[in-house]
Amino acid sequence: MFISFKVNQDKLIVFLEGELDHHSAEQVRSKIDNKIQDNNEKNIILDFSKVSFMDSSGIGVVIGRYKMITAKGGKLCVVNPASNVNKIFELSGLFKIINRYKSISEAINNL
Amino acid sequence: MKIEFKGISQNESFARVAVASFVSLLDPTIEEITDVKTAVSEAVTNSIIHGYENKGGLVKVEGYITGSEIMVIISDEGVGIADIEKAREPLYTSRPDLERSGMGFTVMESFMDELIVESELGTGTKVTMKKIIKH
Repeated sequence: MFISFKVNQDKLIVFLEGELDHHSAEQVRSKIDNKIQDNNEKNIILDFSKVSFMDSSGIGVVIGRYKMITAKGGKLCVVNPASNVNKIFELSGLFKIINRYKSISEAINNL
Repeated sequence: MKIEFKGISQNESFARVAVASFVSLLDPTIEEITDVKTAVSEAVTNSIIHGYENKGGLVKVEGYITGSEIMVIISDEGVGIADIEKAREPLYTSRPDLERSGMGFTVMESFMDELIVESELGTGTKVTMKKIIKH
């Protein structure tokens, strides 16, 4: 999985590309946690546009980041997951507590 | 088909692709392939993380086609599951420290038509899943 970042004011935008499974989850976890530790952004936007596959390991890493950022008083949201990735999110019920937006600009405006 | 590989996380992707290729023989929809791939990913990950406690070990994946039904069997010779019913409970995980969501079996049950879990402590675990490809 390829991970890159962009910062927009108090929001860390995380661009994920590739497959999010147990193998790549650890990388995602540590890279995001280290970034937040460095710059202390308040909120996280996870861009799922280029995530081609996700299993429940991805749900685990999203929940983990959600817990981390909400403990600091921030918010986390998900942007543009493909239908197969969305299916796993729906199964987990995560969209009851995390918002999903169609685009990064929509996420920025609503966070 | 039968493949056996080292229980390391790099091979999770390999297992998914191997089974996806195999199920393609039934001319499935993209959604059907993804469902099977995801269920296999869950079972293989379980063998790696739980069966072998991330220490490695061989994971075996078998595929059988009967008519329009695919059967996939994922097995390991790992530690085994003490309480299968508990393990299958949605959101239950024995490893919350690893940020496991506890959804593995739920995914397998939802994405496949049938799921059978057999296990013996100290011997290993065998997960059998079936799906009818309707396309």
